[in-house]
Amino acid sequence: MSTSLLIVKNLSVRIEDKIIVENVSFELGPNDRLSILGPNGAGKSMLLKAVLNLVPYSGEIVWSPTVRIGYVPQKIDADRHLPLTYRDLFNSKCRVAKVSFGQIDEVSRSVGLTKEMLATPVGHLSGGYFQRGLIGFALIGKPNVLLLDEPTASIDEPGEEHIYELIHRLQEQYKLAVITVSHDLSFVYRYATRVLCLNRRSVCLGAPREALTPEVLAELYGPSLSYYVHDHSDKLPGEAGPGPGLASAISKPTR
Amino acid sequence: MTAPALYSIVLVLLTAIAAGLIGSFALMKRMSLAGDVISHIALPGLGLALLLHFNPLLGAATTLFLGTLLIWQLQQGRTLTTDVAIGVIFTAALAIGTLVTPSEDLIEALFGGFQSLTLAWFLLGVVSVVGIIAFVYVFRHQLILGLFSPELAAATGINVARLDLYYLLVFSLTVLLGLRFLGALLVGALIIIPAATGRQLTHTLTAFLSASSAVSVLSVAIGFLINRYYSQLTIGSVTLNLSLGPAIISVATILFLFSLLRKKV
Repeated sequence: MSTSLLIVKNLSVRIEDKIIVENVSFELGPNDRLSILGPNGAGKSMLLKAVLNLVPYSGEIVWSPTVRIGYVPQKIDADRHLPLTYRDLFNSKCRVAKVSFGQIDEVSRSVGLTKEMLATPVGHLSGGYFQRGLIGFALIGKPNVLLLDEPTASIDEPGEEHIYELIHRLQEQYKLAVITVSHDLSFVYRYATRVLCLNRRSVCLGAPREALTPEVLAELYGPSLSYYVHDHSDKLPGEAGPGPGLASAISKPTR
Repeated sequence: MTAPALYSIVLVLLTAIAAGLIGSFALMKRMSLAGDVISHIALPGLGLALLLHFNPLLGAATTLFLGTLLIWQLQQGRTLTTDVAIGVIFTAALAIGTLVTPSEDLIEALFGGFQSLTLAWFLLGVVSVVGIIAFVYVFRHQLILGLFSPELAAATGINVARLDLYYLLVFSLTVLLGLRFLGALLVGALIIIPAATGRQLTHTLTAFLSASSAVSVLSVAIGFLINRYYSQLTIGSVTLNLSLGPAIISVATILFLFSLLRKKV
């Protein structure tokens, strides 16, 4: 497909003789919202890092020359006491990426960071606003592709919803193609146009409601969850039927 | 005061500014322990040079440079536990250095002292300090992103491994500049302790960098005055030997203890 922003062919990642990702292929078109879904240890984050050329890989990764990438990592291992604010970090990124400082105000508004929050040391921000800052950081440089690794992993439930909505709004506002690594089935159903199921190998690829069959989910999460009934209504899987649905059963990372 | 003595004072004060800046980044990069002991690597080179009668700074520079490359290699590796390796290397360097250093030079090699400088050495020192400050200024944005998240920095297009190497080399250059005044055991402390004090007193980056350098300069200045006017202090039957390196680091430590009492501004 000539309009693809990203073509991945037969991608494998191996860390110290252990195969983390094996023979995965997919494409990303403009305005695509691709979710990478899979259990812990399925190689989702590693796949994203390979695509970003942060880890060695074999296979083919071809980005369109027009691509500008924004990346939101899962976890920042920074010292909570760093005397750094998002204004410092945004400034530094503007300098390194050689873009105008004017983007800082626009990006901060888009992700809902006030001037006070921009001037607060990052370690003093709540999980939700810290995450908004990371998304803002990714948006500097006006990317047309956004890669997010478990964007709600460090956030409590109500905050999660706000982050999902924010990502969705930004996607519409900036006409972004988005790749989101997620555990959260309800997120995938609601916001993804395509899903890549990963359990070291690619287990499914397609529109969520077609691709996520009971068999696929059983292969991803084990047979104990195969009772899930595929529902074509607008209800979220987690809301369907009595008791805790599948979406809530697997929505939180078990780290 | 003679010109060579004046050169020394000016250079050690300028070195203090560089040490404050480099130390601030060492603290933020969470390498304060490694930073504190990195200077030990200078000792074997220093000792061998004294033993074989060539320029001690050249000997120190050689082992420091090799040690820096080794630490950088360790940092890049994923399997070896860096802190264990650093612990072993630094203490081994100290032991070997002590063995090879002629005993009449050992105290000065370990703890430094006040030495007059020729104009050429002074100018070389000034150029080095300017180089260190210029490095921090030019690379500050890369350094900031790198210490916040190496992964994000790499995704932004920064060559993090190369940046780490540059930083370690500049760190070692700072060690080398302070070595003759503070000695191999204490020069690392001039980089780390004032930065720890600066961190205690501030919460913005600019204030932090300025405070670290200011505290470093203050420690050196007070330490120098103590050494000049009270090189020996007798209290009762006890005589304290207030040589330059220990005086500076004691002042730096006292300032750090005071900073623990103060609220952040």
